This record gives sequence, structure tokens and C-alpha cells, in this order.
Amino acid sequence: MADTAGTVSASELQAPALLPPRPRLRQLVGDRTALAGLVILVLMYTAALAAPLIAPQDPNEQDVVNRYAPVSFEHPLGTDNLGRDELSRLLYGARVSLFTALGVGVAILAIGIVVGSIAGFAGGFVDGLLMRIVDVLLAFPSLLLALAITGMLGPGLLHLMIGMVAVWWTDYARMMRGLVLSMRERPFVESARAVGLPGPLVAARHVLPNIVGPVIVLGTVQTGRLLLALSALSFLGLGVQPPTSEWGAMLSEGQQYLASAPQLMVYPGIAITIAALGFNLLGDGLRDVLDPTMEH
Amino acid sequence: MEQTSLLDVRDLTVGFESPYGLIQAVNGMSFTLKQGERIGIVGESGSGKSVTAHAITGLQPSNARVSGEARLDGIDLLRISKREMRRVRGGRIGMVFQNPLHCLNPAMKVGAQIEEAVLAHAGADKNEARQRAHELLDQVGIPSPSRSAQEFPHHFSGGMRQRVMIAIALACKPQIVIADEPTTALDVTIQAQIIDLLAETCETYGAAVILITHDLGILAGFAERIVVMYAGRVAEQGEVDSIYYRPAHPYTLGLLQSVTRIDEARRERLVPIAGNPPSPVLLPSGCVFHPRCPYARTVCREQAPPLERVGGSDHMAACHFADEIVAQGTENTAP
Repeated sequence: MADTAGTVSASELQAPALLPPRPRLRQLVGDRTALAGLVILVLMYTAALAAPLIAPQDPNEQDVVNRYAPVSFEHPLGTDNLGRDELSRLLYGARVSLFTALGVGVAILAIGIVVGSIAGFAGGFVDGLLMRIVDVLLAFPSLLLALAITGMLGPGLLHLMIGMVAVWWTDYARMMRGLVLSMRERPFVESARAVGLPGPLVAARHVLPNIVGPVIVLGTVQTGRLLLALSALSFLGLGVQPPTSEWGAMLSEGQQYLASAPQLMVYPGIAITIAALGFNLLGDGLRDVLDPTMEH
Repeated sequence: MEQTSLLDVRDLTVGFESPYGLIQAVNGMSFTLKQGERIGIVGESGSGKSVTAHAITGLQPSNARVSGEARLDGIDLLRISKREMRRVRGGRIGMVFQNPLHCLNPAMKVGAQIEEAVLAHAGADKNEARQRAHELLDQVGIPSPSRSAQEFPHHFSGGMRQRVMIAIALACKPQIVIADEPTTALDVTIQAQIIDLLAETCETYGAAVILITHDLGILAGFAERIVVMYAGRVAEQGEVDSIYYRPAHPYTLGLLQSVTRIDEARRERLVPIAGNPPSPVLLPSGCVFHPRCPYARTVCREQAPPLERVGGSDHMAACHFADEIVAQGTENTAP
């Protein structure tokens, strides 16, 4: 019996193949869904950054004679109700829409992770207090609350961002707290404590790394949703003010001419849809890649 | 008593606060562990085996109320600070848990998890820790340690993961290893290997072992002494041979009769113990085992039997009629 105890038996070795470790980035690119999302987003963000270089016209230059111009070499997507170049407005609008969504996304992710972790690890009174605040915020319809806060501060992009951050951090806080609580009870966390690791080290090495995956996935998908919410709020006139272009604002303006010039709504609509799709695809792909137990 | 005792647990009582009042999971548990000794704690689910192990290492849940003493080299583990307890855990007491599939961090490489255990106590640098991790992997029989250390736990089978757990438990050369049902989640064929490995490695390190199990069969070739628990109390304790061949408590006798034995020529049927373990909320009066005991008499209902010496040097049982049971049991089970 002593012999058999010495080494792993053949039956034990068969099931798990000892695979060589694979770099994460290659895995991400190898995942078709993630790759599609990544390509869409990289293209869109690059286009947004490069807007001054690639836009055919000044996005704010009006040409009243040339209103509703059809597709032409000079105006690849035609012109809007004031004769402004549609493609240029889309490109400049992308800067506002995409980067605002990303900024708000990062901000709420950070706040949510910090608040949720504090609640989850501290427990007791602190947890109760923080979660009641979250409850109160979640009790309101989120878009309406963001609308109210922005309305109180007055229209404007910065105010809109503040309103959105103030409302949407709650999802992450909730999720983070739940994940921390469930992770804390896992046997491997108990093992880590049994090894004699101090509490903060157990949290940093064993609890948080197992949570990062789902949170990043939520964050990616959520950024897509933020883009839609941003467009909705801009559509209602609370975001950027004319003449600055932004996708939601473009939708809003185009709405008046829906019957005569539907393309003015269709273009920004498509742009929003594709960007949101990109975030969702990337999120789905990331979920698979970030789970260390998933092998492709 | 020739050797000094390493761990001396006396009157350990653990209760859990609950909406139904205080639930007594362990009630006046006492046992001693000598240097390098291997003991087994046996009992059914809910008999308080695991709770005992958790209480000794300060890993009990926050609603637990612990009293009594657990002296490790004279220091009472139940009264030291959290900081000191952390130094004991992993440093002087290593632990192996029940479910190897979930006891390793899925997001961390196996080698890193062992290194972490090494670094937690020994004043080693990163390189030394890595060396030591590979050495430990080798000792627990994991093939090509330096490569396996780079794997994530999900590449390992249950048996291999339990080997890793043993490596982690031994990382800081503890004086005691507490193994809480280390083989329950494993294939029967792997069970024996893991138990043998545990015995072998702990002997190499000179560590004493407390093996917690519900399987008397596993303990036969492993433990030197056995503590039988029932409803949070010690029913009987003594040397392996006295427990197996001269059981003095009806519960132990019942357990032995319900174990299949390969070395016995023929036995018609296994004899189950009647009834179910009592609920810790509503323990029976007198001897907690009396409702299920075929030998119960009036006195058993009224008075709790003390844990008393029976015949042999170290053999103790909590039964009013221990001597009778020994006589009875000897007829039945002796070869």
C-alpha cells in the first residue's frame, strides 16, 4: 500500500490532461464573439478619436441651401435639416457618445466595486447602511431618477454624467456585495484562513480575483446599456446642447423630420445599435475567457 | 502517559445561537493528543466532529459560543488573540478539508497556493518558497512538480487536489494535522491512497494527526487511538484494539456491527442502529443514546453516565453498563 500512496495512479492521471498554460490575450482573440465585439469597438473608438482627420466636413457648418442633400461624394451620408454633413456629425458625435458612456461606465464600476466590497467584507451596520442607500436608489425608476438629478443641475453633458453616475453605481454595488458574500463562504476561502493568512490577504488573493470576471462582464454589457441611456437622455434634451453633435441628440433632432427625411434618425440609430452590440459581444466573449475553468 | 500530551482538549463546549435558542453541537468534549500520535474521531453527521476541529482552530462561525480549554503545549487556543491564532493555523496546525474539489482557489495556480502557505509562516523568500512548493508536490506524489505547479486546480482530479491540500497542510511543518473527512468526496480506490499518503507524510514530518471521519473502516490501519462521538459528547475513547475488540459503549458496538468486514468468514446481515441521531435542539434526558440503545434501562433515562475508565489503561466509555457491554461484545466480535 505504501507504494500506491507514493505516486499518482494511472486512473488519476487520465482524466485531467496537463495542458500548457495559454496566454489570455490570444484566448480573447481566439474567441469569435469577443473578437467581433473587440473589432467593432476598436474601429468605432478609433474613428471617434480620428474624427478631425477623417471627417469630410466641419460638423457644425450649415449650408441651408443644401438641406436634406442626398448621398454624394461631398456628403457621403447626405446632409441634415440645416445642411450639415451627416457623416461628420456622426463621427464627432461618436466622440461625445462613446467616451461619455465609457467614462460613466468606469466611474460607476469603480464606485460600485468599492462600496460593494466594503459592504460585503464589513457586514453588520456598515453593510446595512450602504445597502439601504442602494435600496432607496433602486426603488426609483433609474432613467427617471437620472433625469430628475440632471434636470435639477440643469442641462449639460457634465451634469448628465453626474446624474447617470449617481443612479447607476447601485447595480455594481449590489452585485459586488453578493459576490463577496458568496465567495467568502467558499471552502477555498476557509482553507486560506486555515493556512493562517491574514484577513486582508485572503480578501485580496482569494475572494476578489474570483469576482473580477463577472464584474468586468457586467461592466462591458452595462456600458452598452449606458450608451443607450445616454442617448435616451440626450434625446430628451438633457445632454449636450446644440450645435454640438451627439448620437442621442441627433436622433432627437431627426425625429421631427421622420416623415420627410427618415435617414436622419436611421444613421445615428444604427451607430448606437452597433456600438451597443459591440459592448455586448465583447462582454459575452470576456465571460468565457475570464472563467479559468472554461477550456475551449 | 509516558509521553507528554501535545494537545489537551478539556470540556470543550460549542453552542450555536439560533432562532430556536442555543444549540449545543459539542458538549464537554475532552481528549488528548500526544506528539506524533494519530487519533481518529468517529461519529455520525452532526455528532460534532467537524465543529470540534473548527473550534480548536478558531474557524467557527461568528454565531458560535465556545467554552472549555484546548491547550497546545500549554497555551489555551480558545483564549489567544486572533493574531496569535493565525500563527497557529497553518504554522503549528495544518488542516485538510473534506471537499478537495472546492478547497483550492480556482483562479490561482496550484504552485502559488502552496507557496502562499509556505510564505504565510516561514521567513522564506519567493525563490525558497517555490523550491519548497516543488519539494512538497513531489512528496505528495504529484508527477513533474515544476510543471504541475503551473497548472490551475481544475486540471487536477479530486485525488490529486487532495494531495495538494495535504502539501499545503504540511507546508510549514506543523505539529498537528487535522484532516476533516479527507476522503469522503473521493473514489473508494483513491481513499486508501490518500489515507496512506497522509500517514506517510505526517510521519516524515513527525506531525500528529487528528483524522475526522464517519468511517470506522478507514481508521483501522491508521489511528492509534479512537474517539467515538455521539450527539456532541464522547461516547467512548481508547486504543484502536480496545475499541474494535472490546467496545464498551452500545453505540460503538452498533457501529462495528454495521460495518462490512472482509476478514469475517460469514455473517448473515449487517445490524443497523435503530432510530436516528437526536436533534441537537431537543436532546434526550439522561444518556443521550438511550432511545436507540438496545440495552437501555430506567437509569439510562434518568442519569447521564460519566465518562469512566473501563478495564484497560486508556479505555474510557460513557455508559452505565460498560462492563456488561464489554462482556457481551467480546462474545460477538472477537475473532
